[in-house]
Amino acid sequence: MSNQASGNYYLPQPSHWPIVASIAIGFLGFGASFTVNHMPLGYALLGIGFLILFFMFAGWFTAVAHESEGGNYNKQVDISFRWGMSWFIFSEVMFFAAFFGALFYMRSISVPDLGSLTHQEFLWPGFKADWPATGPGIKETFSPMGAWGIPALNTALLLTSGVTLTWAHWGLLKNNRTHLIWGLVLTIALGMIFLGFQIYEYSHAYSDLNLKMTMGAYGATFFMLTGFHGFHVTVGTIMLWVILFRSVAGHFKPDNHFGFEGVAWYWHFVDVVWLFLFVVVYWL
Amino acid sequence: MDAAHAQSHDHSHDDHGHKPSGIMRWVKSTNHKDIGTMYLWFSFCMFLVGGVMALIIRSELFQPGLQIVRPDFFNSMTTYHGLIMVFGAIMPAFVGFANWLIPMQIGAPDMAFPRMNNLSFWLLPPAALLLIAAQFMPGGGAGVGWTMYAPLSTQAGPAMDLTIFAVHTLGISSIMGSINIITTILNMRAPGLTLMKMPLFCWTWLITAYLLVAVMPVLAGAVTMTLTDRHFGTHFFNAAGGGDPVLYQHIFWFFGHPEVYIIAIPAFGVVSQVIPAFSRKPLFGYASMVYATASIAILSFMVWAHHMYTSGMPVEAQLYFMYATALIAVPTGVKVFNWVATMWKGSLTFETPMLFSLGFLFLFTLGGFTGLVLSITPVDVQLHDTYYVVAHFHYVMVAGALFSAFAGIYFWLPKWTGKMYNETLGKWHFWLSLVFFNVTFFVQHFLGLAGMPRRIPDYALQFAEFNMISSIGAFGFGLSQLLFLYIVIKCITSGEKAPDKPWEGADSLEWTHLPTPAPWHSFETPPVIK
Repeated sequence: MSNQASGNYYLPQPSHWPIVASIAIGFLGFGASFTVNHMPLGYALLGIGFLILFFMFAGWFTAVAHESEGGNYNKQVDISFRWGMSWFIFSEVMFFAAFFGALFYMRSISVPDLGSLTHQEFLWPGFKADWPATGPGIKETFSPMGAWGIPALNTALLLTSGVTLTWAHWGLLKNNRTHLIWGLVLTIALGMIFLGFQIYEYSHAYSDLNLKMTMGAYGATFFMLTGFHGFHVTVGTIMLWVILFRSVAGHFKPDNHFGFEGVAWYWHFVDVVWLFLFVVVYWL
Repeated sequence: MDAAHAQSHDHSHDDHGHKPSGIMRWVKSTNHKDIGTMYLWFSFCMFLVGGVMALIIRSELFQPGLQIVRPDFFNSMTTYHGLIMVFGAIMPAFVGFANWLIPMQIGAPDMAFPRMNNLSFWLLPPAALLLIAAQFMPGGGAGVGWTMYAPLSTQAGPAMDLTIFAVHTLGISSIMGSINIITTILNMRAPGLTLMKMPLFCWTWLITAYLLVAVMPVLAGAVTMTLTDRHFGTHFFNAAGGGDPVLYQHIFWFFGHPEVYIIAIPAFGVVSQVIPAFSRKPLFGYASMVYATASIAILSFMVWAHHMYTSGMPVEAQLYFMYATALIAVPTGVKVFNWVATMWKGSLTFETPMLFSLGFLFLFTLGGFTGLVLSITPVDVQLHDTYYVVAHFHYVMVAGALFSAFAGIYFWLPKWTGKMYNETLGKWHFWLSLVFFNVTFFVQHFLGLAGMPRRIPDYALQFAEFNMISSIGAFGFGLSQLLFLYIVIKCITSGEKAPDKPWEGADSLEWTHLPTPAPWHSFETPPVIK
C-alpha cells in the first residue's frame, strides 16, 4: 500500500476559527438577503460579515502556515492536502459546468425554440433566433464582444502567467529564491493586467456596445461566466500575493511547499476555464 | 482484545487528549466523535422542526376545506418541510455517522482535516437560522416547493433570498464535509486495510461524498441563477430574454437526482453493517455490493429528466430517460438480493437495529418498486405531482433513509455512549414507527392513483377518508419519535454498562479493536490489518 498511515499524523488543537467563519457566513447570508431586497441593515450586516471573513481567512491561514513551517506536517498530511485541493478544484469545475450548461442550453435549445415556427406564429412574431441573441421580449439591441481584441490578448496573458508560475516553481525546486520571487511577481503582474483588461472590457461593453447583464440570453451568460471567472482570477491573485509574501519571508522548501503548489493548481485551473470561455463565449 | 485495549490506552495521555471544558469543547472541537455527536443532535432537532411542519400540513389535510392555515402558509410549510428534512435532518444524520465511524472503521486517529470538519458542522446552524427566519420575512415563507422551480421562485418574496443563501451555505458545508471524508478514506487507512477490505459503510460514504462534490456546486449554480434573475436582471429562466424555466428544472435535477442517492447510499451502508451482524454471517457478495453502489452513483447522473416527463421534451428523450431509469433497478436489485442472501441460513436474532434494518428492507424495496412504476413515462404522466409520488419518496426517505439511521443509532449507541439502550422500548419504537409510517403513507398511494394532487391545502370530498387516516398516522408517527428521544436520553443517563462488543456478529474495527465507550482518540497508532 502506497499511503501508509503513520503514528504522528498532525491533529490540530481545538480551534476558534471554524466558529468565526460560521459567524461570518451568518452575517453574509442575512446581509446579502437584506441588501438585495433594499431592507435596512443590509449593507451593515454585509460589511461586518466581510470583515469577520477576512479576519478569519488571515488568522486561519496564518496558523496553518506557521504549523507548516514549524514542521508539523508529515508526508501523510501533505497527501491529505493534495487530495483536498484536487477535490475542491473538481467542485469548482462542476460549478462552472452549471453555467456552461446554461449557455449551451440557451444557445442550442431555448433560443432556437423561441424562433421556431409555432412560437413565431403564436407568441413572438418576427423573432429571429440568431446567436448572439437577447430573446424575443427585449427590444434593445447590442453588439457582441469580439474575440480577437482584448479577449485574445487576455488569453495570451493568462497562458504566459501559467508559464511564469511554472518558472517560479522551478526556481523553488532549485532553491533559487530570487528566481522564485521574480517568477511570482511576474505572474501576479500578468494576472492583474488581465483583471484590468477585464474591467476595461466591461466598461466598454456597457458604454459602447450596450452589452449589459440584462441583455437576455447573451448578456446573462456572458457576464455570469466571465464574471465568475474574473472573481476566481481575483481570488487566485490574492492567493499568489500570499505565497509571494511567504516566499519573501523565506517560507517553502524545495521538498516541502504544498502551499505554493495548491495555489499553482488553482491558477492553472482558472487558466483552463478561461480557454473554454474564450472558445465558447467570445469566439464561436 | 486485551492487546487492543493496551494499545489505545497507551496514547491517551499525550497533549492531543486535551479538550476545553464546557461549551467550548463543542464550539472549538477538532474531535471527530464530538463533531459527529453535534451533527446527530442537530439533525434530530431539525427532524423535530421539519416534523412539526409535516404535522401542520397533515392537520390542514385532516378534513377537506380550509380550516387551520392560509394556503400560502401551507405552501411554505411543504417547502421548508422538504428543505429542512433533506438538508437539515437526513443528510447531517449520515454525516454524523460518517464522522463517528469512518476514522474508527479504517483505523485512523481522526478525520483528515479536523478543523474543516468542525466548520462543516458549524455552517449548519446559520443555514438553519436563514431557513427559519425566512418564515418571518415580509410575505411569509417562500411557498415554492423544495425544488424551488422558476418562475415561481423568481417571483417569490424576500424569503426566497434567505432560502437561496441557506442553500449556498448548506452546499459549502456539504462540499467541505465530503472532501474531508474522501481524503480521510483515501489517505488515512491503517496499513494493510486495502479499499476492498473496508467495511461497506466506508465504501458507501466514499461514493456518496464523490456525488456530493460533483452535484452540490451545480445546485449552487442553479440558485445563483435564480438570484440573479430575481435581482440583477438576467434572463436565465425567462423566455422573454431567450431563457427557459425548464432550464432551471434541468440544472436542479442534475443535482436533484444524485441527491436522492446521496441520501440513500449511506443508508445502504448502515444496513450492510447491521444485517451481517445479526445474521452472524459476513455480508453476502461484498464486491458486488461495492460495484452495485458505484453503478447506482454513475447511473444517477444520467437519469435526471425522469422528474420532468410532463415539462415537455422530445419522445426520444423520454424513451432514453425511461430506460436509463429502469436500469437503476438492476444494481438496486443486486443489493436487495445480497441483503436477503446474507440472512439466508444465518443465525438470526431480532434486536432493534435488526428490526429497523428489516423494516428498511421491506419498505425501501416497496418504495423502489413504486419508483420503477413512476419511471415509466406514460404512467408518470398520469401520476405526476399526485400523492402517489409523495408516497413513493416518503417510502424511500422515511422508511429507507430514516429507518436505516435509527438502525444505525441503536446499533452504535453502545459503542458511542458505553451504555445499552432499553431493548423493550427500542422494539416498541420500531413497531410504532412501522405501523404509523404505513398508516400515514400507504394510503397516499391510493390517493395518488385516484388523482389527488400534491402541495394543495384543500381537496375534493372523495379523498376525505384516506386523508383522515393518513393524518392520524402522521401524528402517531410523530409522537413515536418522542419515545425515541426518551430511549436515547435514558440510555445516556442510566443505561446498563455495555460490553466492548455487544453484538456477537459485528466484525469491523470499532467493535474488534476498541473498548466501549470508544476512547477520545481511537487510533493514535494505526492497527495492523492482516
